Amino acid sequence: MAARTGSIRGAAFPAHWAARAAWVLFALYLAYAASRLELTPARFAAGLEHGARFVSRLFPPDFHRWELLVKGMVESLQIAVVASALGVLIATPLALLGARNLMPAWATWPARALMVLCRTFHPVIVAILFVKAVGFGALAGILALTLASVGFLGKLMTEAIEEISLRQVEAVRATGAPFMSVVMYAVAPQVFSRFVGFVSYETDANLRNSTMVGIVGAGGIGGTLFAAFQRFDYDFVCAIVITIIALIMAGEVLTVRIKKVFRA
Amino acid sequence: MLAIRRLTKEYVPGKPVLRGIDLDVGGRGITAVIGPSGTGKSTLIRCINRLVEPTSGEIVFENESITSLGRAELRRVRRRIGMVFQEYNLVERLTVMENLLCGRLGYVSPFKAWLRRYPQRDIERAFDLLETVGLAAHAQARADSLSGGQRQRVGIARAMMQEPRLLLADEPTSSLDPKTSVEIMSLMRTLSDRHGFPVIINIHNVELARRFADRIVGMTGGRLVFDGAPDAITEQHLKAIYGGEDWLH
Repeated sequence: MAARTGSIRGAAFPAHWAARAAWVLFALYLAYAASRLELTPARFAAGLEHGARFVSRLFPPDFHRWELLVKGMVESLQIAVVASALGVLIATPLALLGARNLMPAWATWPARALMVLCRTFHPVIVAILFVKAVGFGALAGILALTLASVGFLGKLMTEAIEEISLRQVEAVRATGAPFMSVVMYAVAPQVFSRFVGFVSYETDANLRNSTMVGIVGAGGIGGTLFAAFQRFDYDFVCAIVITIIALIMAGEVLTVRIKKVFRA
Repeated sequence: MLAIRRLTKEYVPGKPVLRGIDLDVGGRGITAVIGPSGTGKSTLIRCINRLVEPTSGEIVFENESITSLGRAELRRVRRRIGMVFQEYNLVERLTVMENLLCGRLGYVSPFKAWLRRYPQRDIERAFDLLETVGLAAHAQARADSLSGGQRQRVGIARAMMQEPRLLLADEPTSSLDPKTSVEIMSLMRTLSDRHGFPVIINIHNVELARRFADRIVGMTGGRLVFDGAPDAITEQHLKAIYGGEDWLH
């Protein structure tokens, strides 16, 4: 009797041999990759010594060239804000086109393909392309980050639209409302607060990335930072890094505030 | 005023949910459609305003063949057909007032609707209707802060904003308690009598159907099997509609 019920019920927690094998393979690969890259304690110790010298040269930070610093930071901030705004402007209609629950396949596929294309490359690589295409300066940075924003916001927004309650859409549609009114009255209210969250997150990301695209000549503080590195002006590097940290933190505080306003 | 002819709907080819429905609804009164779950009552009602596309058959409403209309013309007809839903289907994050004005979206351009620039007449009508359904104090409340009964009143008021020539109600009381159900049914009864438009109600509750409807239509397996006055429906009919008999006693 016991044997019979046992055979019917089976084990409560059956072993997943495939999963176990996958873990073992992963561990083996990790060990292999580490050995290939000479990730040894001796190499690490040598790196630490070098690092200590570097850190000692960072301090005290040198704010003497603050004008250069402020000019770069202001440009980075402008790149981030303009790119975010353009990104939202393009991503919102694109996300609507990409939503499978509202649009036919002939609209969703091109829209989704475009979003994937925008997300394919890291913003820095895109920035290099734009520097080659439109020349050095903030324009290249703005275009690169706009593209990144469109890809990222588009994806998040599309997913948010696809998760809405279609009952509300159905009811508004039943009144004879034209499509754009249905979007504004039945779709927008359901996704708006999430969109605010996405946009603040993307602005935050753009703020960080805008300090980096300058390294490849696409405007902003990144160029100044890179130049300081190359001239071994580590105390000025430190000043720039501290300023960037301050800016990112200020941005964080600001986005929290903005979200609170719109959560009402 | 509403004529349904040989209406068929197949969500999956070869598996019809509606099998050739013929139904005429006159200019007044409440028609209750009863029948077991999954028998196509909701599909039938949604075919009338083409929220669900019929597979074949014809629906004529006020001398217009709904089934052959283009998109723009369909929207024009939908403006005259109000609809009330089981789950109320209010836009949760909009206010009661905004939900009511949804009933006018067929008449206002999207741009003006976005700016909330509705004709004063529409706004007056919304306040009047809120008084009629007893929610005048809640105009600025968000729809998701209301109770079930209050939400359904907003749902009805939204449909009334359309100045409907026909009201469709899909299980309007199924999510409500018995007392609220009666209140909602008598509200629809009152509005139908006062404004003189016919109502088609899908309903599970046979007692409510008997009490409030002028006519009962019984559906089973995608076909109409009963059509008559509320007091003409017998246990035999109910057995034919719902199957079995244990539940009757």
